[in-house]
Amino acid sequence: MADFDWLFFIEVLVGGLLSGVMYSLVAIGFVLIYKTSGVLNFAQGAMLLFAALTFVSLTERGISFPLAFIITFGVMVFLGVAIERTVLRPLTNKPPITLFMATLGLSYVIEGAAQLLWGTQIHGLDLGIEDLPFDVGGVYISQFDIFAAVVAAGMVALLSLFFRYTRIGLGFRAVADDQFAAIAVGLRLPWIWATVWAAAGVVALVAGLLWSARVGVQFSLSLIVLKALPVLVLGGFDSILGAIVGGLLIGASEKLAEVYIGEYFGGGIEGWFAYVIALAFLLVRPSGLFGQKLVERV
Amino acid sequence: MSAIASDLPHSHFPARWAVTLALLAIAYVGVPLLGSSYLFEAILLPFLALSLAGVGLNILTGYAGQVSLGSAAFMAVGAFAAYNFNLRVDGLPLIASIVLAGFAAAAIGLVFGLPSLRLKGFYLAVSTLAAQFFVQWALTKFSWFSNDSASGVIDAPALSVAGFVFEGPVGRYYFALNVVAALTFLSYRLVNSQTGRNFIAVRDNETAARIIGVQVLKTKLLAFAVSSFIMGIAGVLWAFAYLRTVEPAGFNLDRSFQILFIVIIGGLASIRGAFFGAALIVVFPLLLSRLGSFLLGDVFDSGVLDMTQRIVLGVLIILFLILEPDGLVALWHRVRKRIGTALRRSRSQ
Amino acid sequence: MHAMTFAFGGLGSAPFPPDVQEHLVGLDRSSRADETPSSDAATNENSVLDLVGVRLSFGGVVALSDIDLSVGRGEILAIIGPNGAGKSSIINVISGVYRPDRGRVRLSGRDHTQVPTQALARHGVARTFQNLALFRGLSVLDNVVAGRAYRTRSSFIGQIAGSGQARAEQVDARDRAARVLGFLHLSHVGDRLAGTLPYGLQKRVELARALVAEPKILLLDEPMAGMTATEKNEMADFVRAARDTLGTTVVLIEHDIGVVMGLSDRVVVLDYGRKIADGTPDEVQANQRVIDAYLGVAPENDDGEGI
Ligand SMILES: Nc1ncnc2c1ncn2[C@@H]1O[C@H](COP(=O)(O)OP(=O)(O)OP(=O)(O)O)[C@@H](O)[C@H]1O
Ligand SMILES: [Mg+2]
Repeated sequence: MADFDWLFFIEVLVGGLLSGVMYSLVAIGFVLIYKTSGVLNFAQGAMLLFAALTFVSLTERGISFPLAFIITFGVMVFLGVAIERTVLRPLTNKPPITLFMATLGLSYVIEGAAQLLWGTQIHGLDLGIEDLPFDVGGVYISQFDIFAAVVAAGMVALLSLFFRYTRIGLGFRAVADDQFAAIAVGLRLPWIWATVWAAAGVVALVAGLLWSARVGVQFSLSLIVLKALPVLVLGGFDSILGAIVGGLLIGASEKLAEVYIGEYFGGGIEGWFAYVIALAFLLVRPSGLFGQKLVERV
Repeated sequence: MSAIASDLPHSHFPARWAVTLALLAIAYVGVPLLGSSYLFEAILLPFLALSLAGVGLNILTGYAGQVSLGSAAFMAVGAFAAYNFNLRVDGLPLIASIVLAGFAAAAIGLVFGLPSLRLKGFYLAVSTLAAQFFVQWALTKFSWFSNDSASGVIDAPALSVAGFVFEGPVGRYYFALNVVAALTFLSYRLVNSQTGRNFIAVRDNETAARIIGVQVLKTKLLAFAVSSFIMGIAGVLWAFAYLRTVEPAGFNLDRSFQILFIVIIGGLASIRGAFFGAALIVVFPLLLSRLGSFLLGDVFDSGVLDMTQRIVLGVLIILFLILEPDGLVALWHRVRKRIGTALRRSRSQ
Repeated sequence: MHAMTFAFGGLGSAPFPPDVQEHLVGLDRSSRADETPSSDAATNENSVLDLVGVRLSFGGVVALSDIDLSVGRGEILAIIGPNGAGKSSIINVISGVYRPDRGRVRLSGRDHTQVPTQALARHGVARTFQNLALFRGLSVLDNVVAGRAYRTRSSFIGQIAGSGQARAEQVDARDRAARVLGFLHLSHVGDRLAGTLPYGLQKRVELARALVAEPKILLLDEPMAGMTATEKNEMADFVRAARDTLGTTVVLIEHDIGVVMGLSDRVVVLDYGRKIADGTPDEVQANQRVIDAYLGVAPENDDGEGI
């Protein structure tokens, strides 16, 4: 152990934590929707792809970044509201797993539509932040990762402000706590759901841009949903804090595993390792990171 | 998805058997007489393999209520296990390899079914993805599974049973048909047995099932094992009878979703539904591509076709969930009833 | 089919035939009670079910605090109390659905901290649920047949292959189920999917599913909720008949005081998780604490869902 390279270890750890932020970003979109409507929205990844493709295609047609952002923002809000209207409302009161399958179908529709609309070629996206390493006391950290983390923190802060101080945000919290009570006091659920879907669309946009800058805009973006799922299993489907901490944990352990034990498996373990961590954790603590122990009412 | 057993016992038992026999007669005699090799290669062989996979998943998801997103993994295990048993055990008859492959898939299914003992709903569904990714990774990573072939694509062995070789499209069709008919019959027996009803009990109310003495854990694991067994053999058919090659790529997440869609569109908790669903899933892309190139000509290239297929498939799923949650089977029941009443009315006039 | 039934007559004949009764009373009860002779002060010689110092809480909510209870053989015991008093919790503790923080449950002569739910049916305990817990996707008959699940010995392979054992079990279970359905006047809906029946009938199917197991102890959580007065009386008759023919001990939760007073031998009153009275219907009715607890409480909600 004498020549264990601690500096390297920390570098890997920090890199992992920061890439975990990227997972958290995607996971937060899920949590928003799950909390209010009890739907595990599998289409979140497709929404992310759709947002990124729209943005890139707009900028490639000579539209400036800010304008493209605003337009895409509008498109995502529209998409979110449309999904709520056409897919989820007719399925109100159906079992959660039905809703889940509907979002699975939805993801097919959005993926298909995105590529039919904007084509299937791979685009690069340059947000103007260089992916240069940057020295903190001997540990090299990617500038871009830091930027992503800051954006994520900003978004979480904005979301919390939104939920704490706006009428609709308070409504959201009321619905998350108790749908029936919320209806009883006269909150209009469809309105809140539509807002939440729109918010999820915006989260998808932000996450989509960051991921695109990383890996390019391509079909595989929608598969990022598969990275977010273990994070959700770990953190709980209904906790934003869980999504953040879960993302960090998974990001870190994934990177550490890849570097330190990956070779024993012949590499390429990132496809399933996160799932194994999440499952192992759940076996020990079935209620997840932050969930309280609930006893099913009989 | 109100998850209701669609195969309820009906009053006309002889009539039902007559329909089954007629279908078998058509499948065994009529189709081979009339069909072209395109029909066998492009439609019937994938249809049979996917139907069987649908039957397998339906036992797990439709009957026992455990949603799985990893079906293709178990198909892959089946295909590769059969290939390796056949390759590495000298003198083992093909049928034995296939049955052993089913058991191998069942064993893997059992392992990945273990989380179901503690997890429910979405948590379980997500955990089944672990099977999907792990199995696909292992089969790609360790070239031993594909006999160290450079491309990872290996030719399937000839389908010979007791000296008789099922050759050509029609031969392979007969082989697949035999396997599917046999396993479907056994599945039908299973879901109509006490064990099958225990599946439904666990699905509909786990606590109540436990209280009346259903062994819930055992029942869930059994559902995983049986379903994986069937899906494993469906995987063998997919690779050996339909594609004639064994490769991990075909057993990806999209395949898993496809099988889930088959079950939803066909009708949950219905053996027949799996066949309806598979028929639709196999035939509709072909129709779509014909229709597309007819209407749009050259614009409708393979890329556009691909995307259009995704969209239409997604829309279909959503429409079924909204309009016909019990699937094609329920539609079929209604149509039949309506025809029945119409017939009776016209007769009484 | 009949030959089969006959051949396995030992397993099952009439719905609640005398020989089965004797078998249950004579063999199971006495011998099991002898296994671990109880010397606990809190348990009584004649009891088949005892709760000793049971405490149960959910987070900060104390659902049950130090409940002692013993139920005698063949007794019909009613548990009453306002909503949230902890009535269902008692039944859930007895059936092992909830694990108490403290205390013990003594069932058929054995002490448990948490009753093993899986073995409940084998120990001769059956229950119904406050909220319907039928298997919606099974026919009414199959729901009741499922009540015999604890007797199944045949393996799934045997069932697929149609082995003699599997077929005999099947025939026996269906016979018994059909008889119980007849007894509860449910035969005409036997083929319907359970989920499609009206509420009152579903409650009755649940009773059928519990009765078909021929339990020694029957736990009923608001079996008459949401029923009309006529249906309630009918249900009360069924419960009484089950006790009289099978000798079953019944623990019953019910909001309708009229029904409770007419049906039960003994009444336990709960309030805020405490037992505030325990006695004959007359004693309880005269009890000042009970009157206080119920004072101002509207005459119990008749739709009975217990919000
Ligand atoms: N699974 C659970 N999780 C959390 N709290 C529970 C649970 N089950 C019961 N409680 C709480 O315990 C208390 C007692 O509940 P219980 O269901 O036993 O009441 P009850 O007497 O049956 O009422 P009702 O007449 O409404 O059915 C209540 O405060 C209830 O909220
Ligand atoms: Mg209650």
